[in-house]
Amino acid sequence: MVIYIARRIAQSLLILLGVSFITFLLLYILPADPAAQIAGRSATPETLSNIRAQLGLDQPLLIQYWNYITNLLQGDFGRSYLQKTDVSSLIASRIGPSLSLMFFAILVELIIGISAGVFSAIKRGKFADNALMISSFVAVSAPQFIVSILVLYIFAVKLGWFPIGGYGTPIHYVLPALTLGILGSGWYSRVMRSSMLDVMRQDYIRTARAKGAPLSRIIRVHAIKNAILPIVAMIGIDIGVFMGGIVVVESVFGWPGIGQLAWQAIQRVDIPIIMGVTLVSAIAIVLGNLLADLLAPFIDPRIKIK
Amino acid sequence: MTTFKRIVARKVALISMIVIFIIFAAAIFAPWLAPFSPNEQFKDGLTLQGAPIAPNSTYLFGTDLLGRDLFSRLIYGARTSLIVGILANGVAVILGTVVGLTAGYIRGRIGAAIMRITDLMMAFPALLLAITLAAIFSPSLLIVALVIAMVNWVQIARVIYTQTISISEREFVEASRSLGASNRRILIKHIFPHLVPTVLVWATLGIATTVLLEATLSFLGIGVRPPTPSWGNIIFENQTYFASAPWLVFIPGLAIILLALSFNLLGDALRDELDPTQKGR
Repeated sequence: MVIYIARRIAQSLLILLGVSFITFLLLYILPADPAAQIAGRSATPETLSNIRAQLGLDQPLLIQYWNYITNLLQGDFGRSYLQKTDVSSLIASRIGPSLSLMFFAILVELIIGISAGVFSAIKRGKFADNALMISSFVAVSAPQFIVSILVLYIFAVKLGWFPIGGYGTPIHYVLPALTLGILGSGWYSRVMRSSMLDVMRQDYIRTARAKGAPLSRIIRVHAIKNAILPIVAMIGIDIGVFMGGIVVVESVFGWPGIGQLAWQAIQRVDIPIIMGVTLVSAIAIVLGNLLADLLAPFIDPRIKIK
Repeated sequence: MTTFKRIVARKVALISMIVIFIIFAAAIFAPWLAPFSPNEQFKDGLTLQGAPIAPNSTYLFGTDLLGRDLFSRLIYGARTSLIVGILANGVAVILGTVVGLTAGYIRGRIGAAIMRITDLMMAFPALLLAITLAAIFSPSLLIVALVIAMVNWVQIARVIYTQTISISEREFVEASRSLGASNRRILIKHIFPHLVPTVLVWATLGIATTVLLEATLSFLGIGVRPPTPSWGNIIFENQTYFASAPWLVFIPGLAIILLALSFNLLGDALRDELDPTQKGR
């Protein structure tokens, strides 16, 4: 058990090292010269070479990477070209709203996804099943930006039930969390449905039915418990999808999280910020997957750890 | 042929195929179908206050913020969306298949090492990576397609990898190897044909993903650049008018959803028909 955990953590660290190398390479092959961006247009060649020396841009690739890594480990994600502040402090001030939005959105995904999946599996082949499964396809086929604008138009502009974007009170959470949650629930409901159908074929379910246990009890006590495991593994993957999605949803709803930060940086080609957000997202994804793997044996004791 | 017939027999799949066919036709015959040039700004295309005009008999879907005909832009935009979607997904499917097939056939340490790259790619949020790449390389149609391909080949590679491993262990592969067949011959003649259904399913499902990614990148202003119309950048250009002229957002939005939905439903039907283990799910 300890060896397994240690090996999984080591693997995760290795992946993060690879991720940092790729983000570094992307910064390095950048056609735009960071020194020129920082100094502005009127800079003399001397100023430029001074800035380059200051940033260490005149050193060889591997040394630059070493500096980049040691800075990262100290929590230094570099400086924004245009905002003249540290990327890490920008991200630190924005991560809270994103994490709280993520929490509620995933909650909505799980509630809708699991209940729709279970219901579909019970009504397999019936109208309700077909309708739910086609809806789940609509959910995964609808781009978040379109649905965000649509939802904002109907519920905030036309009906005036909710504020037109912004952040602060619980009511601000409703539209963005529901948009992210309902769209994201599509994959969960499909996975839950097929997992339920698998479980319902198992011998222990047949035994329970033969004993005369009512169907609702079988589903509640036996089936859902056993079918839920793939969903746990999915949350880890879902964090990755989510970190991309917040760029769109936060910019439409004016949510002051790291997604909006990234979007503003895109508009000004402020690469260090985009890289910082990418790196933080990668850390979130690796941690999410690690957590899902470590939790699996506790949820399903049949999983033997190698 | 029988598989094709069975797929046509599914109502949902048939409707999806018809929708895809219509959009393809619109893209191919755009110059004949579009009532106007997509980039012409009409004098009567804006109100006296300079606002877009609502759908009417001349401008079927209304006009956009510059007084251009939205219907014509949508038809030409279908070209962009399909070209990027098919190109990006084509590259992703080929790259994913080659990587997965090679790694799965070699196996051992080298195979595992190749698959570590996919682990690495999975740690990046696809949309953010695409955004970064698109922001670094100034976007053109080709770059956008390649960027999307770069983030989409990974899953295909993983699926092909696991399948190749299980097929490589089957007796017929061993038999042909003992008959002296070369690796190349085994891969192409004996293993690849078993992977064709998977490749076909991913080639279909993947177009939905790439079309959505292109639309999102264009919506963020880093995809296909105006004035070339794409369904995503039509929304990007007009989003400031969404409260007063909602059709400018919702009509292209509906087009994107329809196209992605059709490819998803068709891909799902293909998977049901081609993959016996998935039957009845």
